[in-house]
Amino acid sequence: MEEAVKELIDENQEYVINMGPQHPSTHGVLRLVVSLKGEIVKNVEPHIGYIHRGIEKMCESITYPQIIHLTDRMDYLSAHINNEAVCLAVEKALETDIPDRIKIIRTIMSELTRIQSHQLFWATYGMDLGGLTCFFYGLRDREKILDIFEETCGSRMIVSYNCPGGLMYDIHPNFQNRVKEFIKYFRRTLPEYDQLLTGNVIFRERTMNVGRLSLEDAISYGVTGPSGRASGFSCDVRKHEPYSAYDRVKFNEITFNDGDSYHRYLVRMKEMWESMDIIEQLIDNIPEGPYAVKMKPVIKLPEGEYYQRVETARGELGVYIISDGNKNPYRVKFRSPNFVNLSVLNLISKDFKIADLVTIGGSLDLVIPDIDR
Amino acid sequence: MKSIIDYIKEIISAVWSLLKGMQVTGYYFIRPKTIVTQKYPENRKTLVMMERFKGEVVMPHNEKNEHKCTGCGICEINCPNGTIEIISKTITTEDGKKKRVIDKHIYRLGMCTFCALCVKTCPSNALAFSQEFEHAVFNKALLTKVLNKPGSQLMKGVE
Repeated sequence: MEEAVKELIDENQEYVINMGPQHPSTHGVLRLVVSLKGEIVKNVEPHIGYIHRGIEKMCESITYPQIIHLTDRMDYLSAHINNEAVCLAVEKALETDIPDRIKIIRTIMSELTRIQSHQLFWATYGMDLGGLTCFFYGLRDREKILDIFEETCGSRMIVSYNCPGGLMYDIHPNFQNRVKEFIKYFRRTLPEYDQLLTGNVIFRERTMNVGRLSLEDAISYGVTGPSGRASGFSCDVRKHEPYSAYDRVKFNEITFNDGDSYHRYLVRMKEMWESMDIIEQLIDNIPEGPYAVKMKPVIKLPEGEYYQRVETARGELGVYIISDGNKNPYRVKFRSPNFVNLSVLNLISKDFKIADLVTIGGSLDLVIPDIDR
Repeated sequence: MKSIIDYIKEIISAVWSLLKGMQVTGYYFIRPKTIVTQKYPENRKTLVMMERFKGEVVMPHNEKNEHKCTGCGICEINCPNGTIEIISKTITTEDGKKKRVIDKHIYRLGMCTFCALCVKTCPSNALAFSQEFEHAVFNKALLTKVLNKPGSQLMKGVE
């Protein structure tokens, strides 16, 4: 490493610094080796693997219901959606019919997860750019969703609420009331977010036209989720390949054409409104029925390959399972959105100042355990 | 001239945007009732966790010191990371039959990921979650717990 640093200084007269692994704005142990000319970023080289746990390899030695608790720990902010992806893949392989009740509860939970993830994004993005107030307001509202999770699932973040064939427990009797209460509350407080940060002149100056990602680059790099949609890449899996109950709800796919940090932020703000619309359409229509389909005690998938993709809060998560007919999968591969979104960082942060690197990195909304897995 | 007017307009709109943000914080500043912060160590006595909260795995005993665990080992098989270990022993019952019962149901809290598979799959509902969440201890060995109480027996009627 030292030699490499020397080389860089010698050849291009660039100054190399390490941003991270312990840096407040990388939200985890991500190390960015940044080459600078003065204050201008010339090259960003992400070094990953500080929190690599080998989840894909671990999956090969455990059974399918046990995989669920590991996927929680990939993208911990959209834990429920990760769980759902594995469950859907297993159910697809077994050709299980899932009752409407399970589908609708899963969809509501996924949307709540998306809202809380975007709330945390808003909170930390404001904090990265120097607005500490946002952090408190964002976490205050997020707490309401975490309480809903705690009441029904038993945990606040890493919920482990799905299992192949349905859900771990039925919803709490209070669940519907609490969700309705939250929607009513959040419809009142979400405009405050715009008032506090979106219109703020310092925020706008720091994010507008910073880190512009073109549509061509977004597609060729495979940037999905809000970051891709800000560049005009229509990539919402919920819309194009509906799973669970997304085919029976009406919602808009939010896209912008600018692709800068400000619009990546705006997509997330607008998605919270859409998520609330989805929940409102479903919350009164939960049919009666069992909360889980009876599965065999030992789940064995038929030999073959299965793929399921879902839309997490950060993009498209793909679960690829190869089964050889045993109770353990032969191979599991996760196509995690954050890993792909990180690859675009070097491209879009070139020729911006080092302070803008914080803006760009924050606007991609990276979760490091999902990159390393 | 025009550029100067634009410049001044920009300054005014910028200050206005900041004031709008201050309006939100001011709104909450003068309303102490909207404070949601809990003073945690002080409110310990009144703090109630949700009934489903996954604090730690426990084995409920009734007043006669009886539990429902038959020692079948399903929780041990289902646990993804070896948190649970069951040590069983063979005893001779009153009518002369040999029977396998649990000696120790070992639960390693330090390894538990609270996935709830043991509690969910237990065929005799012998395990449950407690709402205890203050797990910090000074000695690592204290995190390894024996769930069945000393001298406890299998509840009658549970097979």
